[in-house]
Parts: sequence; C-alpha cells; structure tokens
Amino acid sequence: MTGGTLVTSAAPDIARPGVRAGRIRRIRRIRRPSVLRGFVWLYLLWSLAPVALAILFSFNSGSSVSEWQGFSLRWYVGDPYYSVLHDPALHEAVIQTLRLAVLTTVVAVPIGVLFAIGVNRWRSRQASAWTFVMLLAFVMPELIFGVGIFLLLTNLLTFVRLGTTAQFLALVAWNISWPAIIVRARLQSIGDDYEEAARDLGASSIGAIRRVLLPMLFPAVFASVVLVFAGVIDDFVLVDLLSSNAQSQPMSVIIYTLGAHGGSAAAPALNALATVMFVMSIVTVAVGWAIYRRLTRGEQRRSGGLSLGPLTGP
Amino acid sequence: MYATEAARSQARPGTRHPRWLWPSLTMPGALWLTILFLLPFYVALAIAGGTFNPLFLNPVPIWNPLNWRSGYLRQVYSELFGAHAYLDATVLRTLLFVVIASAICLLIGYPVAYFVARQAGRRKGLYLVALVAPFWVSYMMRMLAWQNLLQGNGLINHALIVAHLITEPVNWLSGMPATVVLGLVYGYVPYVIIVLYAGLDRIDPSLLEAARDLGLGRARTFLHVTLPLSRQVIYAGALITALPMAGDFYTNTMLSGVPTTTMIGNVISNSLSTPGQGGEGAVLVLFLLVLMLAPMIWYVRSSSRTAGGELL
Repeated sequence: MTGGTLVTSAAPDIARPGVRAGRIRRIRRIRRPSVLRGFVWLYLLWSLAPVALAILFSFNSGSSVSEWQGFSLRWYVGDPYYSVLHDPALHEAVIQTLRLAVLTTVVAVPIGVLFAIGVNRWRSRQASAWTFVMLLAFVMPELIFGVGIFLLLTNLLTFVRLGTTAQFLALVAWNISWPAIIVRARLQSIGDDYEEAARDLGASSIGAIRRVLLPMLFPAVFASVVLVFAGVIDDFVLVDLLSSNAQSQPMSVIIYTLGAHGGSAAAPALNALATVMFVMSIVTVAVGWAIYRRLTRGEQRRSGGLSLGPLTGP
Repeated sequence: MYATEAARSQARPGTRHPRWLWPSLTMPGALWLTILFLLPFYVALAIAGGTFNPLFLNPVPIWNPLNWRSGYLRQVYSELFGAHAYLDATVLRTLLFVVIASAICLLIGYPVAYFVARQAGRRKGLYLVALVAPFWVSYMMRMLAWQNLLQGNGLINHALIVAHLITEPVNWLSGMPATVVLGLVYGYVPYVIIVLYAGLDRIDPSLLEAARDLGLGRARTFLHVTLPLSRQVIYAGALITALPMAGDFYTNTMLSGVPTTTMIGNVISNSLSTPGQGGEGAVLVLFLLVLMLAPMIWYVRSSSRTAGGELL
C-alpha cells in the first residue's frame, strides 16, 4: 500500500496528457483497496436501481410493473382513463404540487432571508433565542410539526380550513429554516464591513442592505429558492396531514393513498406520476446547481476544493 | 477592499443602523414560527389536558393550564402500562425498528462515506452526485419502487424463484417486519451517508499521515485515529435518522399496511382521522416530543458548535 500511496500522491502532477497518464491511472486502480470500492458500487446499485426500474416501467405498454411489454407513453398521455393526463386525480395532483411549491417559495424565502439578516445583526439575547427556535423547527420530526399544526387549525384557529391554505401555512413555517440557515452562514462569512462602508459613504440603512448586502447574498438566496422549491415538491407528511379532500392532494399524497394497499389496476400510472415528480425536482436541482456554480465561480476557484455546497439537504 | 479598510477606521458610533431595524426584519419569520410552530404545542397541551365531547366525539381543549385534567394522560398511561395495555407493543416495536434500522444505516453508510471521503480520488465529484441523487427522489417514489419490486409477481420473487431459493412467491408486502426495516434503511441511509461524509471529509489528512509515519498499519490507523475522530459524527448520523424514523408512518403503510408492524407514528396519524381519538393523539405527540427533545437540542448545539452554524 505504501507504494500505492506514493503513486497516488505523485499522479496528479504527472497524469495530465497522453499515454503515460493512462498507464499511471491503471496502476493506481490496481493498487487501491477494491473490497471497499466493490461495496460502494453494490450500495449505489441497490440505492439507484429500484428507482430506475420504477421509471422504466412507467413507460411499459402493459399494466405490469415487472414484465416488460414494450415501450409506450400510455400511462403519461395515451390511456383515456388512467394516464396522468386524463385521470383528473393525477393531473390535479401535479397542479397542486406546483401551486404549493411556487406559493411556499415566494413567501418562505423572503421571510427566511430577512429573518437571517435580522438575527445575525441584531446582537441580543432575543436574537439568539429566535435562532434557537428556528433551528429547533428545522430538526423537529415532521410528524410532530404537522400534528401540532393540525391540532392548532382544528381547535384554535378554526377559520383556516384544512386544504391548500393550511398546507401553505405549514409548508412556509417548515421551510423558513432553509433560507435562514444558508443565508446566516453566508452572513457570518461576509461580516459587516461592506455595509459599514456603504453607510459611511452616505447610504441609508435600508439602502445599504438593499444595494450592498443583498447582492452579496444573492447566491445564498438563490440556493434557498432551489432547495425550498424542490423540497416542497418532495414533501409528504405535512401536505398529507393537512389535506382535506382529493382536490388538495399533491403528487406525493396521491402516490401514498393509491399505492398504499398493494397497488391498483393502474399501477404504471402511479409510476408515471412519480416519474413526473422526479423529473420536476431533478430539473429544479440540476438547473439550480448549474446557475449556482456560475454565480459563485470566483469563490470556488479561490477556495479550491470540491465542496458539496448547500445543495445537498433533504 | 481598500475603501472598506478606510471606512472602518473612520466608523463613528453615529453611523449605526436605527435600533428598530434588525428586530423588524426578524419579526415576520419569528411571528410565523411562533404561531405555527410554538403555539401548536400549547394547543396540544390544552387538548391533552382537556376533556371530551361525547356527542360529537371531538376533544374539548381547556385553555387555562390551572384547570387541566389528567383524563387523557391516564388513558394513555393505561394503554401503555395498564392491565389491558395494547400500545406497549407498538412502542417497543417502534424502538426495535428504529434501533435496528439506524444500526444498519450506520453499517452501510460508514464504509461508503469513508470510501468517498478518503479513497475516491478524482472521481469524488461523480460519487458525490450518485450519493446525493436519492435526496431528490421523493420518499414516496422510493417506497413505490420497492413496492413494485416486492409484489407477489414482482421482480424479487421472480429472481428468487429462478434461483431456486423459493418455490412459491413470498408475500413480502403484508406484515413482514424485515420489509419495513428494509424500507426504513433504504429511505434514510442517504442522510446518514451525507452526514458521515461531511464529518470524515473534515478530518485533517496530516493526522492520518502522522499515524502512518509513526508506524501504525492501515487497520490500526483507522481504529486509533479515524474512528475516534468520527465519533461525534456517528452520533449525529444516528440521530438524524432516528428522529424522523421514530415519527415515520408512511414507510410502514406503503410496505406493509398490516397491524402487526404498526409503529407509533401510525397510531398518531390514525388518531387524527378517527373521531374520538384526538386527545389521545395529542398526548402521544407530546410523549414523542418529550422523548426527542433532548437529542434534538444536543444536535442543534453540537452542529452549530462544530461547523460554525452550518447545519445539514
């Protein structure tokens, strides 16, 4: 293994161009411990294959989810009764998910960003108490969070009906923490020098925040938008507990209610719905990540290493 | 940059922001969290300490803490420990599932995170993408995927029959504890891996080199340096799965749906839709909260200490 380490540590300098690089890489591959690598590959297979199969069978032309009967878009658009396009429950669910994701993002992100700026600059006991409450909300199991809101809305604030409004209120409360945590971390690394400078040069308080601080926070704000939007698409517990009827059931809840009892006649249609949900969140995250990379290009070069960035949360 | 330096030296106390500014930025979020996060706990307490309307089977909350009754509390106590207790098995089962699934998550997650943090080399980025991918697949879809595989005529049964391990299809999806644990592990292991990865990646490589230079072999370097240094992060990883797992009800419904594998989360979520059980649900939620509050606070404090406020 000592030899292996030596080659490995020397490799990045030599292993740039051409044939030599290939040879050295091959040596490295042989010397590395392979049991662990095998384990990791097995894990990845186990972790990704079931989902890949579920996506594959959403394109099945038959109604089986284990026997391939040919490719078709039947379960997306073709089937007049069960396809995502034609089954009202399924396409309503897509719309409900999008509605909740947009509403929640539009409200939760600004509130969370202001909250982060507020608690970061307002140096007092109260600020740290609010930070603690926010972090506690972040780690609170979603079941406890959701049941609490259910009891609140059915016993005290009874003028809020269960359904879209209740889901929206709960999702905002649940998602304020994302922008708050990300922006707060960013604020801590920026410090308040820039703002002070703007103030000294004559900017008003609000002006300094708006014209100096917010532009510097933009990547963090953007990352929160992506996380909240994708998070709401995948959310299940809150929207399930607070949905009132079929109209307020987003995709995750439909999959749960229709899928819970061993699958229905239209099993591949559920797979198709799940695939739509998957594509929505993957596109959000992939596009978001690409833009985030562009926004922070300078910084990544400076800090060098490969960082996960804030785009790794659940 | 130069301007900043200059401005700083000139900064006078008079150029401060107005005092009301920061509190008023904090307020919208603080209010939202107060009403929809803190207030619900008081409502749950009021319901748990309240009474019951026999006519419409709805709970009647008592808002004044001085008048709280202990009816629901005693009812749940007797369901847990009394002569006709039936919830005790559910609580024990939940505990068993959570402990076993968390342990398996750590056993799978640690080697994977270790490999990607230490030995993935130039392909680290690619591995990370593959590890993070499950985050962006909805939990429901991942459970649905296993439901497809484990069905009576699903691929798992097919494969096992072809391999002559079984002769008849196994009914994986009704009341198999192993299936539920598999679902929990599958659902939560990505979170463990990311937490473990973040911790293992942070270990200073020079410490490992020092250990190697001082003559420790690979195994002993791992045992005496890496493992002790990752103890904190192992706790954090176990916690980040155990907390939501203890409140999980959907994994169980998707992959079993039979009373023999019911978890405490199922009892709570069912109590909301069953008339007459709201008060019991409130007590159980508070019970779960009390059990979890200490670990949650530990997690918040330790992660804001080690990572400078960077919480996963």
